[in-house]
Amino acid sequence: MRRSRIMWMALILLSISAAALVAAESSWLSKVPPADRQRVNPYAGRPDAIAAGKLLFEGSCAKCHGSDAEGRHGRPSLRSERVAHATDGELAWLLRNGSLHKGMPTWNSLPEPERWQLIAFLRSLPRDSPPSAAVAHP
Amino acid sequence: MAKSPHPIPEVRAAQKSVLRHGDRSSRPRFQRLLAQFSLSRGPTLLFLLLLCAAPHKTARAQEPPYFVTYSEALEEPGNLEVAQKGTTGSPKDANGFYSATLELEYGAEAWWTTELYLQGQATTNDSTIFTGFRWENRFRVLPTEHAINPVLYLEYEDVNGADKSVLEVTGHDSIADLQGRNADSRGDISRTVEGKLILSSNPKGWNISENWIMEKDMMGGAWEFGYAVGASRPLALSASSRACTFCRQNFSAGAEVYGGLATVHDFGFHDTSQYAGPTAYFNIPHGPTLGFSPQFGLSDNSAGVLWRLKISYEIQQFRDLFSKKEAQ
Repeated sequence: MRRSRIMWMALILLSISAAALVAAESSWLSKVPPADRQRVNPYAGRPDAIAAGKLLFEGSCAKCHGSDAEGRHGRPSLRSERVAHATDGELAWLLRNGSLHKGMPTWNSLPEPERWQLIAFLRSLPRDSPPSAAVAHP
Repeated sequence: MAKSPHPIPEVRAAQKSVLRHGDRSSRPRFQRLLAQFSLSRGPTLLFLLLLCAAPHKTARAQEPPYFVTYSEALEEPGNLEVAQKGTTGSPKDANGFYSATLELEYGAEAWWTTELYLQGQATTNDSTIFTGFRWENRFRVLPTEHAINPVLYLEYEDVNGADKSVLEVTGHDSIADLQGRNADSRGDISRTVEGKLILSSNPKGWNISENWIMEKDMMGGAWEFGYAVGASRPLALSASSRACTFCRQNFSAGAEVYGGLATVHDFGFHDTSQYAGPTAYFNIPHGPTLGFSPQFGLSDNSAGVLWRLKISYEIQQFRDLFSKKEAQ
């Protein structure tokens, strides 16, 4: 009887944690207004913008996300599938607003063209290898 | 136990003089030198020590170039900014002074910045003294960006009447506060709580910030008010594709206006001091940020010109120095 109660408690806790994780993972994306989501990066694919974005990344982002953008000290990788699947407009919204309760500050005092240059650089990064691929090809 | 020689040559020479001659007349000079070192150079030395301890990575400050006005820009979480803010001036009918403020600003959360100030000043033909400390906190109110972004500011300050930092102007602050002798004014301690409503916008690369200041001496006195308004812009809105020190993107310029608004009993500009001036920052890549501003008194109660200087350095992810490294 007692054992099954513990099992149920553990199951409920796991479910809550999983739900919280899913909610946390998708929370900022769900807040992006449709108009912002559809914005287009005026600097997309431009080599000079990618080079400028790299310098901005080293100055403003690498300290938290790592110089290779793979994340450090629990901060997320910027080469993840989630970032790769986000639209330029969604990334621009995140840079402008931050995600304050998750530790991501606003970068609205960087001028908007510099934020687009950063996004152009992020788009040039290779993606993280998916875990399944890593297992399949050690 | 043998003492090691003092690192500052002037102090070492004075120590030698005392030991060699046993001259009582040289003792006050030695003590004076020590006091001057500990107060005027002490914050600078501490600043330099913190710089040496800092991880050497690129630093790019994002704050607008204001000396008095606050914008919505908070310190990034985990970062520690160490700054030395200097104010110098020669008020009418008074000795020239240099006020040094050591500022330690820490990003506790993305929405909360906490800051400690240690203040002192040196006045020619007078003395060099520690004038007090301030502890301030800034809280971002709204989770997302809007046309006007409010930030709440709360501060406790314990400073004496000899303070000449002019970090803000409230009530009937006037040139008389800069004219007194240190020995007379240092005994006048004020412990005040201060609140600010910071409103800040970022239209088209500009930053426009307005501060409404309310201050109350906990030992009595009426509520005092003040304001500060600033506007600034980086000299370039897009970054260069090559690493460069003197690129326009590393400079920002603007102007600020601030002053007192008297008290709750006589609200207005009457018998208050008002200042305005251009401001400029230079963010040195891989290095500190330098700031400069001449600020001109606009009323009879103001000092003629206050020259402001700032040097700051951001120690990035300071808190990571105390956290466990990730498992590889």
